[in-house]
Amino acid sequence: MTPISPHKPAHLCLLQSSLSYSHLAPSNPFLILAYDKIAVASHRLEPMRKGKRKKKPSPGSSQRERESQSHLLEQKENPNKNPHSFTERERHCDFCLERETKNDAVKMFRNQYDTDVTTWSPAGRLFQVEYAMEAVKQGSAAIGLRSKTHVVLACVNKANSELSSHQKKIFKVDDHIGVAIAGLTADGRVLSRYMRSEAINYNYTYESPLPVGRLVVQLADKAQVCTQRSWKRPYGVGLLVGGLDESGAHLYYNCPSGNYFEYQAFAIGSRSQAAKTYLERRFENFTGSTREDLIKDALIATRETLQGEKLRSSICTIAVVGVGEPFHILDQDTVQKLIDAFEIVQDEAPAAEPDAGAEPAAAAEEGEGSGAGADQAAVPEPDVAPMDI
Amino acid sequence: MESTQSKPGPLCNPEGSQRTLYPYVTGTSVVALKYKDGILMAADMGGSYGSTLRYKSVERMKPIGKHSLLGASGEISDFQELLRYLDELVLYDNMWDDGNSLGPKEVHNYLTRVMYNRRNKFNPLWNSLVLGGVKNGQKYLGMVSMIGVNFEDNHVATGFGNHLARPILRDEWHENLTFEEAVKLLEKCMRVLLYRDRSAVNKLQIAKITEEGVTISQPYSLKTFWGFSAFENPTLGAEGSW
Repeated sequence: MTPISPHKPAHLCLLQSSLSYSHLAPSNPFLILAYDKIAVASHRLEPMRKGKRKKKPSPGSSQRERESQSHLLEQKENPNKNPHSFTERERHCDFCLERETKNDAVKMFRNQYDTDVTTWSPAGRLFQVEYAMEAVKQGSAAIGLRSKTHVVLACVNKANSELSSHQKKIFKVDDHIGVAIAGLTADGRVLSRYMRSEAINYNYTYESPLPVGRLVVQLADKAQVCTQRSWKRPYGVGLLVGGLDESGAHLYYNCPSGNYFEYQAFAIGSRSQAAKTYLERRFENFTGSTREDLIKDALIATRETLQGEKLRSSICTIAVVGVGEPFHILDQDTVQKLIDAFEIVQDEAPAAEPDAGAEPAAAAEEGEGSGAGADQAAVPEPDVAPMDI
Repeated sequence: MESTQSKPGPLCNPEGSQRTLYPYVTGTSVVALKYKDGILMAADMGGSYGSTLRYKSVERMKPIGKHSLLGASGEISDFQELLRYLDELVLYDNMWDDGNSLGPKEVHNYLTRVMYNRRNKFNPLWNSLVLGGVKNGQKYLGMVSMIGVNFEDNHVATGFGNHLARPILRDEWHENLTFEEAVKLLEKCMRVLLYRDRSAVNKLQIAKITEEGVTISQPYSLKTFWGFSAFENPTLGAEGSW
């Protein structure tokens, strides 16, 4: 087992824990050097020995760097040796070990072809791109549905704490297009700014709204570029683009991989499978749905992702765009009224609603507590990562 | 010895300028109006070289994409340049292959942007453009001038047509003209222009655009009446002149 080193300062352990996410980012030599310098300042350090593997790696942040540096060389020299074997990882420190063993997804990380987005695996996969798609699954749920004349976007807004405001996940791109994001919200913000810019430029030149299909293709092409440049990384955000144009209402999903698909209804983010199951049961009716029914379906699908927690307008956001109705986010009161309207009906329905009987105040507290607890257990990734919850 | 530094650049020196200064081969008015099924546009086929009516088979109206028709007066070579821009625009639009297509409004706005942009660079495309079209049942008729002034109306004309044809149209145009009525009205306007505009030639085309598509007629001439006593036997003193 790993010997606990008494000489290792606490902050170095933190450094290592953040370093353990470097498998998600491409091996940036500058990044490695930066960490290296920090380590030198704070701790006795072995020099980086490229190509030379120590049988017994000593504690210290350089271990990680040496591994990644050496493995890059070894890829060519010794393809059979897997430097990212689990045993090597264990020796980092107790802190990392504790986290990593709990990590279900660690099995995925045993790849020597995942350091670079421009490296293919022998199976013909780009692991960095696939990891980026994992980032989407870490974000909180976003749901989209469309009928012939309307598109509804819904998302679950979780705030970091009671003191903070929640992340903005739905953006208006133009009067006829809106987008809901899941994953790295910073990337999402940048992409929605790009979309707004494209929409407004098109409108300026042609004085007519940008067709949704074209915007989505431009977005996908932008995402593709990041999968083919060694100095870039894929966007870690999935976008549900909903909009109206001449050919009707559209809902598209844009992946970090640069693919896009059109959907009748879709859900992305954490626990989206529950929403998808609900939508799969109901999607055939959506084309002819009225606006109100569509919003109701969106709210129910959102509730499915909450898994027991009581649905309140403070934790979800709904946005609608339709014929004669520009894209806008519904305000909290409206949403709460809609929730109340169908929740009363739902009380008799067999759908899972454990808080139906409880008093509103108690239920709210319970819901929040169980919701938060469920969040920690269900989501395997520790919440050190700077992504939206 | 002349210093190379003192030589003015092409923009400062009018003689060596690359900018448009005056037009050379020009077309005269274009007249257009909305009727029941779409747009009707008429233009003669003359290209004047100054005061000489030099070219008599210039097509000054062209279809653009599936839904629009463009007519131009002014410099013919600039019109041809515009056609190349629009060709590229329509090509890229088709390449999307997604069921969306540029309608007359979009083309009109695009042309406005191009004309205004060139005007800002002091290098205008010396044209007055008439853009008409029908898309999804909506009729559209607009005009763009060489300085980027653009507007939409039920009937438009360029050049001399503004002064001679539009008053007629203002009086006699009404909503839902039939095709025959509209043709008669246009011919009336073109006849006045033929009589009074020195750069008009008696060979014109009428183009129609409806939801189904564009049809540009074969060139034909208008009947004119010159049997005024004052005009009797004009070549009496000058055999061979016309």
